[in-house]
Amino acid sequence: MSRTVFIKDTGTAGKDRTRDFYGFFLGVIREKGLENEVIPVRVADIGLYNQGVAVRVVPDNFVYTRVEESDVSLIVDSIKTGEPYSAKQVKPVSKQLRIVLRNCGVVDPESLEDYIAHDGFAALAKVLESYTPEKVIQEMKASGLRGRGGAGFPTGMKWEFTRKPRSDQKYIVCNGDEGDPGAYMDRGVLEGDPYSVIEGMIIGGYAIGASKGLFYIRAEYPVAIERIEKAIRRCHETGLLGNNILGSSFSFDLEIRLGAGAFVCGEETALIASIEGKRGYPSPRPPFPSVKGLWGRPTCINNVETLANVPVILHKGADWFSKIGTETSKGTKVFAVTGKVKNSGLVEVPMGTTVEDIVYGICGGAMRGKQVKAIQTGGPSGGVIPKEYFGTKVDYESLQKMGSIMGSGGMIVMDEDDCMVDIAKFYLGFCVDESCGKCAPCRIGGTQMLKLLTKVTDGQGTQKDLARLEQISHAMQKASLCGLGQTAPNPVLSTLHYYRAEYDAHVNEKKCPACKCAKLIRFVIVQNKCVKCGMCFKACPVNAISGSRESGYLIDQTKCIRCGQCFEVCKPKAISRS
Amino acid sequence: MVKAVINGIQVEVPEQTTILNAAKKVQIKIPTLCKHPDSYLHASGACGICLVRVKGSKKMLRACCTPIEEGMDIITHDPEIVAIRRTVIELFLSNHPNECLSCGRNNNCELQTLVADFGIREEYFEKIVRDIPKDDSTGNIVLDPRKCINCGRCVDVCQNVQDVWALTFLHRGFNTRMAPAGDISLSDSPCVRCGQCAAHCPTGAIVEQDDTVLAWRALRDPEQYCVVQIAPAVRVALGEAFGFPFGANVTKKIYAALRRMGFKAVFDTNFSADVTIMEEASEFVERFVHKKGPLPLITSCCPSWVDFMEKFHSDMIPHFSSAKSPHEMMGALIKTYYAQKNNLDPAKLKVVSVMPCTAKKFEISRSADMSVSGYQDVDVVLTTRELARMIKQAGIDFVNLPDEECDHILGDYSGAGTIFGATGGVMEAALRTAYSFVTGEKLAKVEFENVRGLEGVKETSVDIKGTEVKIAVAHGLVNVEFVLNQIRRARKEGKPLPYHFVEVMACPGGCVGGGGQPYGVTDELRLARAGGLYSDDEAKTVRCSHENPYVRQLYKEFLGKPLGEKAHHLLHTKYQPLPVYRR
Repeated sequence: MSRTVFIKDTGTAGKDRTRDFYGFFLGVIREKGLENEVIPVRVADIGLYNQGVAVRVVPDNFVYTRVEESDVSLIVDSIKTGEPYSAKQVKPVSKQLRIVLRNCGVVDPESLEDYIAHDGFAALAKVLESYTPEKVIQEMKASGLRGRGGAGFPTGMKWEFTRKPRSDQKYIVCNGDEGDPGAYMDRGVLEGDPYSVIEGMIIGGYAIGASKGLFYIRAEYPVAIERIEKAIRRCHETGLLGNNILGSSFSFDLEIRLGAGAFVCGEETALIASIEGKRGYPSPRPPFPSVKGLWGRPTCINNVETLANVPVILHKGADWFSKIGTETSKGTKVFAVTGKVKNSGLVEVPMGTTVEDIVYGICGGAMRGKQVKAIQTGGPSGGVIPKEYFGTKVDYESLQKMGSIMGSGGMIVMDEDDCMVDIAKFYLGFCVDESCGKCAPCRIGGTQMLKLLTKVTDGQGTQKDLARLEQISHAMQKASLCGLGQTAPNPVLSTLHYYRAEYDAHVNEKKCPACKCAKLIRFVIVQNKCVKCGMCFKACPVNAISGSRESGYLIDQTKCIRCGQCFEVCKPKAISRS
Repeated sequence: MVKAVINGIQVEVPEQTTILNAAKKVQIKIPTLCKHPDSYLHASGACGICLVRVKGSKKMLRACCTPIEEGMDIITHDPEIVAIRRTVIELFLSNHPNECLSCGRNNNCELQTLVADFGIREEYFEKIVRDIPKDDSTGNIVLDPRKCINCGRCVDVCQNVQDVWALTFLHRGFNTRMAPAGDISLSDSPCVRCGQCAAHCPTGAIVEQDDTVLAWRALRDPEQYCVVQIAPAVRVALGEAFGFPFGANVTKKIYAALRRMGFKAVFDTNFSADVTIMEEASEFVERFVHKKGPLPLITSCCPSWVDFMEKFHSDMIPHFSSAKSPHEMMGALIKTYYAQKNNLDPAKLKVVSVMPCTAKKFEISRSADMSVSGYQDVDVVLTTRELARMIKQAGIDFVNLPDEECDHILGDYSGAGTIFGATGGVMEAALRTAYSFVTGEKLAKVEFENVRGLEGVKETSVDIKGTEVKIAVAHGLVNVEFVLNQIRRARKEGKPLPYHFVEVMACPGGCVGGGGQPYGVTDELRLARAGGLYSDDEAKTVRCSHENPYVRQLYKEFLGKPLGEKAHHLLHTKYQPLPVYRR
């Protein structure tokens, strides 16, 4: 019997950052002539959050973590014998509830048969056989599923709005233009379970009366694109796409369009412009895409995660789904937990789980004995949630109350070494880079805000500058044309709200409490602690440290670029940062 | 109809009316920088100034692009809205050079006006203006991207109204800027110099090349004998710069002003429009009656249209009338006929033209045919806007000027000549004369109302004594493709010709809406200006070009007969394909 080996070799940290672990694995299998018995599959997620490369052997369900190159040969041998490779085996205990990621790391994403064996296309068969489009929409509305792209608009209503207008052609579009820093939920699903997204789109197409669907996937996701391409081809071959799907009267077709990596093209109207081959500019709404979208036709745009929910909901029923989550936020949410956290990766939890449960319970808290300071949700459009508020439940309303947003699911963990002004500057800088430049509040306002924040982190800021920051933020929120500009000031406002003292320290005392802002800190060697090992001398990238193992070392402050590398390598902690 | 309330005032407007336009109905002016009142332009929502809110809602809506809905209760001015507008204007200001005093739009700039209205007295944000060089490569339209506020009007008009696609946006974020696609110079781009971008620009980012200095230099040079001509559409628009009502005909004041500025003779392009009709109508009769040459005949008075055709539709060259534009005919006649008649050295004759058009600046050096007199036939072209400035510079109290007449022989015009300035006018003028040429009879009713008005493509037919002449009139270059494709399809399928005679003007509304006309053009304004021309026509006793006694005299004394050897040499030109981009 052949076995599938799911390898998560991306998104890992630590010393095992092997460039192409999958390729190495494949090489070993070939060497041993086991191509037919062992099939390796590269995935972004297998539901494990320990550091290092993780491997799952299916169907034995043996799981290994922290796999190194030296283990590979032994693992492959063990597969042959059918015994587990005990040296790296772990027993996965998961506090997650995996609905969207149900098949990731379990089903071979390149095998239609495997997907079908795991209830794949059961929902589509049921829908085409016994549901009217209205009933599908009714079911979706009853399930309470809300869009997972960020804004949380009820999916059933969106479908209903697109179903209503009469048109010779309608479109359903899968928005796979994921671009939040550190977020890769959609990539995980597209790579790990392409068929469920396709199934969701076919059902969506049936519900709204579209005969054509488009995947909009960013070109930086080559594996996702390849798998979706393959999956579409297989669906065509087997009659799951094309004319009269599964013998019904419903015909539907899918195509892929690649995004060129502009963050703003995740915005509905800009995405439409991009697919039409135009400059990726957002346009004013109304008209909404559900009335006048792609090529002027009613268009429904759903996020990848939303669509991956659809088959399960229709298979297991709206009742089942609506029991999960909170009153207003149903189901689960996938988060990409990254940053200064022990176990980073994709985490799927029911709505209403507390931040604490995610950060500490599932992801193990901060790294290297540090303290977690805050998390950022919603990427550059969201805000921070300080540690004191980690009792907050993750659902659309609670996060909004905290001044953040659900967003598409990025969750970045920050520890005591992170300066909140610097964090705000980072996110704002991202939005300024990604601004399309169409509307003035975002184009000029964002740039001005970034200048002001740079002034603050450089120790040149004044209280008046903080007032200016708030003034522009307010104008951007109200006057920007699209979501990017309207939400770009959120990280600034949220950090100003929770960490005003840090801003004040930068402005009034010219100090960075987290010792992060390069212009406000200095590194000095404390001579009586120094053991003259010379590590700092070697680490300094700009030769700002002079001296010898005999005479000891000194930092030339005029040359020092405050990178902190000497500080990191100094074992006796003889370098002070102030 | 939709009923709603704005600032407590009841309003009833047709469905799909924007909040901005609905507010206008009840005397509420919502400020905006990106939305031009011209209905040809789309609301882009780029500036973020026209914010309003529905009472009780925190969200703000863009008035320029949000249709008003039944029962809406809208607030257009509250402290928060005004504060945000102010911040956005301050942001614009931080990204705009402080060059108002030496700017082509000083005292006439929408940003400047807004800054003044909001009483902004200090620059609250750090100045961040990128140093991007001017592009004056065309010699008629000047781009100054530093002054651009990225409203997108020029790009919209260039792509969607004129179908030229010379202008686009480059880069993104703060580096976004308007420029010719591919960041080439404007002269290398497909630009046809129609100037609609300049006419709609809210700031000084796109202006006409200022040639007033050239005109003054010629006027003040004692060696030069300076004469001038004014185009049809100028007379009904110049008044706007001096407070006259829209469409007021100030022809005779312009004649007086030009003399006071120092021009030795004042001619009227309307006269050469009559000459154009003699040639073009004869050409039509040749092709239509005598079957010499392909049909339909397509008019060629508009230099932007000629340029556009040579660049994008050069398969139509055989259909083009070889007659030059009235403006160029006048230049050629001044430096030959007028010079001979008055014993003047054409080398010392300077011809200045006042045109509603930026492309005319380009036309004077278009080809060797434009120097048929041995010298460049027209030396300087001024737009209507430039003439207004010159009149002010000359200290002339234009409003109170006494009326004067033009100089004779190249000045007196028929009603047919004056309507050249409005879309359909050339067609109407040509039909009046062609009818007489074909039938030898006088028209009972000279008006052809079907070709008038602002419909993008006007298709109709005219009965010339039992023979049907099918015609089409298009204005706004985006409408051209439809007409040309009709012709192409018929030719390909061997079907009867859809048209025998086609008129095209590049600018919406024809020359009255030209790129060199006073700012703020809307359909209302286009109709008012055209109305001024039609009234001028009605008031004339001579309403057909071939009945103009001075035209007859010109042919008798000098040209011989229409399409004759001399006329052909002086008054006709050739065209060549100039492919820029493959479509």
